[in-house]
Amino acid sequence: MDFRENSRFLKLSAVAAAMLPLAAAACPDAPVRGTGDLGLIVERAAGRLELIETTGRSVLGRIEGLGDLSHASIVYSRDGRYGFVFGRDGGLTKVDLLCRRVEQRVIQAGNSIGGAISQDGRLIAVENYTPGGVKVFSAETLELLADIPAEYADGKRAKVVGLADAPGNRFVFSLFEAGEIWVADLSDPRQPVVQKFRGIGTQPYDALITPDGRYYLAGLFGEDGLALLDLWHPELGVRRVLDGYGKGEEKLPVYKMPHLRGWALAGRYAYLPAVGRHEVLVVDTTTWTEAGRIAVAGQPVFVMARPDGRQVWVNFALPDNDTVQVIDTESLAVVSTLKPGKAVLHLEFTPRGEAVWISARDDDRVIVYDTASFAPLAQIPADKPSGIFFTVRAARIGL
Amino acid sequence: MVFSTSRGFAPALFAAAMGLAGPAYTANGGDKLPASSRQSELVHMVRHDCGSCHGLTLAGGLGPALLPDALAGKPIEYVERVILDGRPGTAMPPWRGMVSDEEARWIAQQLQNGFPREQ
Repeated sequence: MDFRENSRFLKLSAVAAAMLPLAAAACPDAPVRGTGDLGLIVERAAGRLELIETTGRSVLGRIEGLGDLSHASIVYSRDGRYGFVFGRDGGLTKVDLLCRRVEQRVIQAGNSIGGAISQDGRLIAVENYTPGGVKVFSAETLELLADIPAEYADGKRAKVVGLADAPGNRFVFSLFEAGEIWVADLSDPRQPVVQKFRGIGTQPYDALITPDGRYYLAGLFGEDGLALLDLWHPELGVRRVLDGYGKGEEKLPVYKMPHLRGWALAGRYAYLPAVGRHEVLVVDTTTWTEAGRIAVAGQPVFVMARPDGRQVWVNFALPDNDTVQVIDTESLAVVSTLKPGKAVLHLEFTPRGEAVWISARDDDRVIVYDTASFAPLAQIPADKPSGIFFTVRAARIGL
Repeated sequence: MVFSTSRGFAPALFAAAMGLAGPAYTANGGDKLPASSRQSELVHMVRHDCGSCHGLTLAGGLGPALLPDALAGKPIEYVERVILDGRPGTAMPPWRGMVSDEEARWIAQQLQNGFPREQ
C-alpha cells in the first residue's frame, strides 16, 4: 500500500513538476521586508514548514506540501528569499519565504539525505541514498544539470553522506559503503570533474567543512577516527586524525547518528561528537590532534558553537534526548544543563548568538533560550519539529 | 509495560513457527500484547526514532526499508532478534533495554503486516 501510494505520488509529482514553471510571479500581498531574521522550522511528520522571524520571535505562516520530511534539511539562496528543502523522499522543494509558498518541487531520487548550495549560489546539489549519488540542479529552475552516480566496486552504488560546498564551485561528499571521499568541481555545471580519494576509512557517516572552506572532515562510524582532506592541498591526500580515540573500548549502542554539519569551531579548537561515547572531543585545528575531552550527559548528536565561540551547545541521542548541555570553551566545563522538552532534535543560534532556538519533537514546541542567562524567552508551538534553519546560513560556507 | 524477559522467549519461538507456517499469521496469535497505551508509544518510537535511520515511512534511509515487501521471507524471529540485539558491524544498535522481548516481537509482527500510522 505504501509502495502504491509512493509511486502514484511520484507520477503526480513528475506531472506537477513539468507543469510548474511557476515563474517568479509576484505576490502582491507580501509585506516589504528583509529576510535576514527569517527562518524555517521543519514539521517533519506533517510535511510542512513553519516560517518564523527571530526579532519578535513569532510565527509568520506555514508552507505545506513538502512530502516526507524525516531528516529534512534546508539551504538558502544568497539573497535569503528562497529555501531549498531536501526531503527524505527525494523531494527537492524551492520555497519562497516572502510569498510563503512552494515555488517549485521535483522528486529527484527515491531516498535522499541532504544537500548544499554552490559558492556562486547558482547550483543546488543533492546527496542521495537511493540511487546512491549526487545530482546537481539549477537553483533558478531546478533543472537537472549533472548526475554523479556514486559507483564503486563492480558497479555498486554507495549511499552519499556529508555533502558540503567548497570554494571554487566544488562539492565534497563521502560514500558510506565504499569508504571514499569525492571532490566534484562544477565550474562547468554540465561537465563535473570528479577527484576520488579511496580507502579513507570504514563507513564515513557524515562530514563537515571548516568555515573557511579549507578542511573537509568526515566522521567514521566503522572505526574510531576521522578522515581529513585539506582542499588547499588535495595532492597530499586524505589523512586520518584522532585515530583510535576510543582506544579500543567497546562503543555504547548508538541510537542516533551524530551530525557533523553545523559543527563547532571556537578559536583554534573544534568540538566534535564522539561516536558511542558520552564525550565531546576537543581538537586543535592547527595540528588536528586531540586537545581534550569533555564528559557530557549522553551521546552527543549536535555539537554547535555560539557564533562568538564562547559556548558550545550539545544535544543527545536516546535515552538522554530531553537534555541540552552548555560547555564554556574557556574552562571546558559544562556550565548549564537544560531540559527543553522531550526528544530534542536540533538547535539553531540567532545570527549573532544572543538566543538559541531548540526543537522538542515530542512536546510539539520550539523553545527559545537566552544564551547568557539560560532563561527561556519564548515558546513556539510546532507540530513534531525537527530541524531549525535561519537564513543567516545563506552567507556561510558549509551551510 | 511490565514484561519479564524470561517469559517471552518460548512463546516467541512458537509465534515464529506459526509465522513461518502460513502467511495468515496475525498479531493476536495467543501472545501477550503490549497494553494499548504502550502500543502507541511503540508506534511513535518506531516511526520517529527508528525512523531517523529507516525513514518516517520506513521506506529506508541509512538503514534498510522495513516495509512488508522488504521483510517478506524473513522469519519473524529474525526480525525480533535484530531489534533486540542489533546487527554487529552495522549501524543497527541493540534495542534491548528500550523494549522488552514481547514488545520487540509485537513490533516485528506489525512491521511484517504493515506498520500502523500514528494516531
